[in-house]
Amino acid sequence: MARRAEVAIIGGGIIGCATAYELARLGMTDVIVFEKNYLTAGSTGRCGAGVRQQWGLEMNVRLARGSCKILESLNEDLQYDGDIGFDQGGYLVLAFDDSQMEQFRKNVKLQNSLGTPSRTVSVDEAAEIVPHINTEPLVGATFCPEDGHADPFHTTMAYAEAARRLGVDIRTYTEVTDIEVEGDRIRGVHTDDEEFISCGMVLNAAGPYSGPVAQMAGVEIPVYSERHQILVTEPVNRYQKPMVISFQHGFYCQQTPHGSFILGLGDPSEPKGFNIETSWQFMEHVAHSVLSVLPPLADLRVVRQWSGLYNITPDAQPILGGVPGLQDYYMAVGFSGHGFMVGPMTARLMAQMMTGEDMDMDISMLDLGRFDRGELIHEPSVV
Amino acid sequence: MNEEEIIICRCEDITLADIRCMLQAGVDDVEEMKRLLRCGMGPCQGRTCRPLIMQEVASHRGVDLEDMKVPVFRPPFIPVKLGLLAEAYERRGEQDNGQTS
Ligand SMILES: Cc1cc2nc3c(=O)[nH]c(=O)nc-3n(C[C@H](O)[C@H](O)[C@H](O)COP(=O)(O)OP(=O)(O)OC[C@H]3O[C@@H](n4cnc5c(N)ncnc54)[C@H](O)[C@@H]3O)c2cc1C
Ligand code: FES
Repeated sequence: MARRAEVAIIGGGIIGCATAYELARLGMTDVIVFEKNYLTAGSTGRCGAGVRQQWGLEMNVRLARGSCKILESLNEDLQYDGDIGFDQGGYLVLAFDDSQMEQFRKNVKLQNSLGTPSRTVSVDEAAEIVPHINTEPLVGATFCPEDGHADPFHTTMAYAEAARRLGVDIRTYTEVTDIEVEGDRIRGVHTDDEEFISCGMVLNAAGPYSGPVAQMAGVEIPVYSERHQILVTEPVNRYQKPMVISFQHGFYCQQTPHGSFILGLGDPSEPKGFNIETSWQFMEHVAHSVLSVLPPLADLRVVRQWSGLYNITPDAQPILGGVPGLQDYYMAVGFSGHGFMVGPMTARLMAQMMTGEDMDMDISMLDLGRFDRGELIHEPSVV
Repeated sequence: MNEEEIIICRCEDITLADIRCMLQAGVDDVEEMKRLLRCGMGPCQGRTCRPLIMQEVASHRGVDLEDMKVPVFRPPFIPVKLGLLAEAYERRGEQDNGQTS
């Protein structure tokens, strides 16, 4: 096996696999992806894989819209034998009071100016889009028909397979245990099979473990991880096309093309850490919240619950880029609950940054330095 | 019998041919296969199909079944209705639940 690579990517989730592919597409094929477990074992394989363009900041609308456009033709572009399952049934974002609705109106105006076909809808229209919705507590909603959800396993595999075909080496069950730095440069990485692989560049795409991986290179980043739980029901005939989300309750609810419903809910009292056990309290809480808005789901049976980790920065927006004073070290981390939906575009931008190509959009505001400068990003529509 | 008629996962309707097709394509990790084919993700949560799948993967890889890692079983252990879960939540009252929504 090769003991040298131009680029070492740490992490086999959506970010690591998609960036590997985008690098290879730009001609940088001498890339190794290290994944300590199987592909998608981290947050990616545990996520809701919802994709929404309905954000409140231009940067996020553009990252999500760009990703959405990439996903629309990804099966063909990657010549994937399977199906990434991108299902554009739209996202219905619920408003329960006037101030929320006011914010959503502003968001829609911004989104429309960037080409996103979202719109505000009345309570009656919301009930036309999702007939089983309880309209009583609602004051309105917004809807974007291009939003939706994909299959996170197939999407990641599609990238991984395409990357492999272009020559990328993907090593599963191989953990990076240390990053060697000499002066202001990266020298290489050590793995748990006691190999040293020298490399020109490193990309930290370690998801929930981004903090510990950054430390290997002597870099401190302000991130922590936090458990988020999710469950899935038995499959039934398709009757809900859009993803329904409530910032008020913190839940999201989708019916997959396979027929099962996926329900998730954030818990504000969740402690920081790497715990991914599941709790019955979560099942009861999410059932209570979602049924208050979508009562007919009461008859569905839960067949499985699990949890995964968000990797969170002080402003809940990712850190993209390098570190002053350390050349050739890059990171794409801290995506909170939206790393899947911005993943495809982020991967493209990271590959452009790492190869010195012109970038499709400016992401310099997402650098690590913003925390020191006090230039935190205020996104009103983050779950 | 034909591979396409041998059902390995009854819940998700996955045949031996589907499994072998994945193996041929290079997916020989039970965890990855489960997620790509959904075999083991049905209402029985793999109680029926998991041993069969592991057997197939083990023989493809030429390893002993005992040496393979068993995928985790995820709760709940019997399917339970959302309505019952919500009722349990409401019975306990908001205070005990420690949250407001
Ligand atoms: C319950 C839940 C629901 C979510 N829902 C959504 C959603 O609807 N939409 C959305 O956009 N996002 C959602 N997210 C967020 C999304 O899952 C993440 O932001 C995204 O998957 C991050 O991808 P990643 O590739 O950066 O990280 P990961 O998928 O976590 O990949 C990182 C990988 O690095 C590996 N790794 C770590 N350390 C090392 C090491 N030292 N050596 C080798 N490998 C290592 C890990 O094993 C892991 O596989 C959700 C998350 C959770 C938990
Ligand atoms: S038989 Fe495979 S999940 Fe039930």
